[in-house]
Amino acid sequence: MICLLLFWEFAKIGLVCVGGGYASMPLIEDAVVHTYHWLTLSEFIDIFTISQMTPGPIGINAATFAGMKVAGLPGSIAATLGFVTPSFILCLTVARFFFRYGNIGAIQGVLNGLRPAVVALICAAGLSFVALSLFDSETFPASCAAMREAFDPKSALILALALTAARRKINVIHILLASGVLGVALGMM
Amino acid sequence: MDENTKKRDGHFYRALFCSTFLISAFTVGGGFVIISLLKAKYVDEFGWLEDKETLDLAALAQSMPGVMAVNASILLGYRMAGILGALTALTATVLPPLITISLIAQAYEAFASSPIVRLALKGMQCGATALILNVAVDLVRKQWGQGVNLPLLILVATFVLNFFFDVNLMILVVVDGLVGFLFLRWAEAK
Repeated sequence: MICLLLFWEFAKIGLVCVGGGYASMPLIEDAVVHTYHWLTLSEFIDIFTISQMTPGPIGINAATFAGMKVAGLPGSIAATLGFVTPSFILCLTVARFFFRYGNIGAIQGVLNGLRPAVVALICAAGLSFVALSLFDSETFPASCAAMREAFDPKSALILALALTAARRKINVIHILLASGVLGVALGMM
Repeated sequence: MDENTKKRDGHFYRALFCSTFLISAFTVGGGFVIISLLKAKYVDEFGWLEDKETLDLAALAQSMPGVMAVNASILLGYRMAGILGALTALTATVLPPLITISLIAQAYEAFASSPIVRLALKGMQCGATALILNVAVDLVRKQWGQGVNLPLLILVATFVLNFFFDVNLMILVVVDGLVGFLFLRWAEAK
């Protein structure tokens, strides 16, 4: 029963959270903390912290964590399934429509505008990540002095090595793993 | 099955599952990071998709409700191998965080305070940064190679507005789509 409720509640969250990531946080908080008291506010903030540190989208992490707390492993599976079910149905419907009618003029026009936009957003995400990796902050420090202060040479070394490896078309997953190992090795020195 | 999706063999599904699972398991960062890594795998390494399709579907994934990484895996999986492909990619995307968080939920304190975990995650973050930069450079260079045209202008304007002025993503996506649409109308009318 509780698993059904978890599935249903997270399906609703999955359906209405547009804009992803942080945009969906208040919605999840409202349902999980205030309506159902599945988690305390401080546990919810913990999820937020964990999500910053670990792989995986914050929505999925919150669903899993809340489900686990409420009903163990079956709960976490039910909540996660609920969260992705609306996406699955909607995406398949839109994809079907898109592959059938995607080559008509109007849609091609819109896509001509969206393709460079996606490239721009990938660039912006990349630069934010450079700031996060090298200076441990969401944005670049405002002054040269602040930059020098916050600069992390070990991270810069890992980034440079990983970039060299990526230019040589080395397997993406090997690069990620090697970066993690390097992070531990350099940090322990 | 849609005529746009191809029949695939067991080997394909295994490769799709494993590569998506590992990317999802080891990538710290949001939707556009995952998209870049999936592109590096699916397009650049395996040749399952083209640049253009991937960007189209990324735009679609961004505009749909739900988590972008999840939407992207569903859409790309569907494009490559129909519903079975979508299910395979979705499962492979969702399982790693499900497993990770279920384990962490048991021992959150030990996890959060472990210096080794923190160092490894920081290292992987640097790795993901390098990979997204690499994909970004490739994509920008391709666009640049076509000379100064409307897509290049849209690219630069969107980047500046998003990165320096924090303009909301949804607004940018809607405006860019509209600009593309109006431009095509205008070009056809000429």
